Amino acid sequence: MIRTERPETSSLAYTWPEEGVSRIPYWVYMDPEVYEREQRRIFQGPTWNYAGLEAEIPNPGDFKSTFVGDCPVVIVRSKDGALRGFVNRCAHRGSAVCRSRYGNAKDFTCIYHQWRYDLAGKLVAVPFRRGVPEGDGRVGGMPDDFQLNEHNLQSLKVESVNGVVFVSFDLAMVPVRAYLGPLMTSYFERVFDGRPLRLLGRMSQRVRSNWKLMMENIKDPYHASLLHVFLVSFGLFRADQKSKVEMDESGGHAVLVSRKGEQKHSGGTAEIANLKADYVLHDPSLLDRRKEFPDENTVVMQTIFPALIVQQQTNTLALRQIVTRGPDQFDLIWDFFGYGDDDEQMAGYRLKQANLMGPSGLVSIDDTEALEVCQKSFVESADRSAFVELGGHGWENVNHMVTESAIRAMYRCYRDFMQI
Amino acid sequence: MGTIVIGDAAAVKSAVQDLFDSYMDCLDDERFEEWPPFFTENGIYKIVARENVERDLPLATWSCLSRGMMQDRVVAIRNASVFSPRYMRHVAGGVRIFSEAGGVYSTGSSFSVFETSQDEMSKVFIVGKYRAKVVFTEEGPRFQELLVIYDTSLIPGLLVFPV
Repeated sequence: MIRTERPETSSLAYTWPEEGVSRIPYWVYMDPEVYEREQRRIFQGPTWNYAGLEAEIPNPGDFKSTFVGDCPVVIVRSKDGALRGFVNRCAHRGSAVCRSRYGNAKDFTCIYHQWRYDLAGKLVAVPFRRGVPEGDGRVGGMPDDFQLNEHNLQSLKVESVNGVVFVSFDLAMVPVRAYLGPLMTSYFERVFDGRPLRLLGRMSQRVRSNWKLMMENIKDPYHASLLHVFLVSFGLFRADQKSKVEMDESGGHAVLVSRKGEQKHSGGTAEIANLKADYVLHDPSLLDRRKEFPDENTVVMQTIFPALIVQQQTNTLALRQIVTRGPDQFDLIWDFFGYGDDDEQMAGYRLKQANLMGPSGLVSIDDTEALEVCQKSFVESADRSAFVELGGHGWENVNHMVTESAIRAMYRCYRDFMQI
Repeated sequence: MGTIVIGDAAAVKSAVQDLFDSYMDCLDDERFEEWPPFFTENGIYKIVARENVERDLPLATWSCLSRGMMQDRVVAIRNASVFSPRYMRHVAGGVRIFSEAGGVYSTGSSFSVFETSQDEMSKVFIVGKYRAKVVFTEEGPRFQELLVIYDTSLIPGLLVFPV
């Protein structure tokens, strides 16, 4: 990952606790000025943000509108087949030029004054540009020095990595693989290996917590062994399983890796109050699965800075996109996918195991609850801090689950981006 | 379990209306153990986003392909899932019977569900339409399939209980 030294001129009312990243001050989850700075320095800064799958926009004119942070953007396949991206905001008065979530368009015309842009976001027509005729001449219209090409839509840098489309506000951004670094690229390409992808569908929910709590949740293996009765009881993810936590150099990206174990008590489960060894399913077909990756890992959860989660839990695959909606809420968009060559049985496994995830997921319900409970309790405690010392104070890679190393690593990266 | 064809349209409509009313009452009263028996043994229950239906995408937000899977959801609600207390209240439009083929009635209605959480105002939680295949068994009308197709683009928080 590349980070740039960009000085910050505005100042915040708060300073980070002197203990460093083993403390997370609650003001980072609540302060509107922090949120504003995140939009500017992170989401609209030198980061790559997930926008969609190429499989959603296969043909010229196909588009998808989405968000980076809370800023509306559009990705579109232009006439020459290339992917384009732009901010969904007319250069004239700022209204959205694309008002559908997906579809096919010949061009984008603003509804307000009919300014028309081509699929690359280039302004091609402005009504009454030369005014209207009156007597022998014309009146009104744009000044003589008006140039169409000075009023294109704000373009974004776009890159697809094996079918996954990323956009960046930073037009000088390094390629996505360089942003991820070699280790995180290898995990990313483990799932996105170049096979055509197939979107299975989308789930969306609004969560009443700060967006960073969601990223922390996926970097936190400590909770997974304790909170999730379902995961723990069926050995889908547990502290005593073979596992690791790895990060890129900057600390912004991470993976949690785990291998499925048995549904039984062991030395490592004695402290897991929630393990129910006698929990049986009436229909155990929910846990039917097929090995599909070369390694033995059954769970690989990857977090890509700032706000994307790549989920592989057994055969259920999803990209979870976080759309920020102010300091105290975010939208979580789950794009479930498979591969174009999935047979019927595999597609069935993916759809059935989707029951574990999403707004009604047998696992993820617990997370949403935990995030909202945290946010509620921060109120009036902006000057206090979360205590994050499991596994020490550092941010190194480790081969176990009893650590908060990846959370500390994220805040090391975050503080650098934010200059706080 | 044989299916029964009923000749009288008004009697069918009344029986299906009663089925939906009892179903929603059961959920609002949190009698979840009584929820799976509203379905036939191989009954299917899915909660699906309208956007996925319109785009012809197969993903369901919640899918039970057997009564066993429904029972597992009930066990999860009672013993596994972690969520704060809330009341749900279903309000539905009148049922319609669209067609009948081989004793299977295609039926539907619109619905809305209000959620009341602790220390909060009641709010609209989810709205949409039911699309159900209903059969008449010796025990009474049952859902062979119930699709809950929701308009709501963003589920507010978590969807814990069946709809």
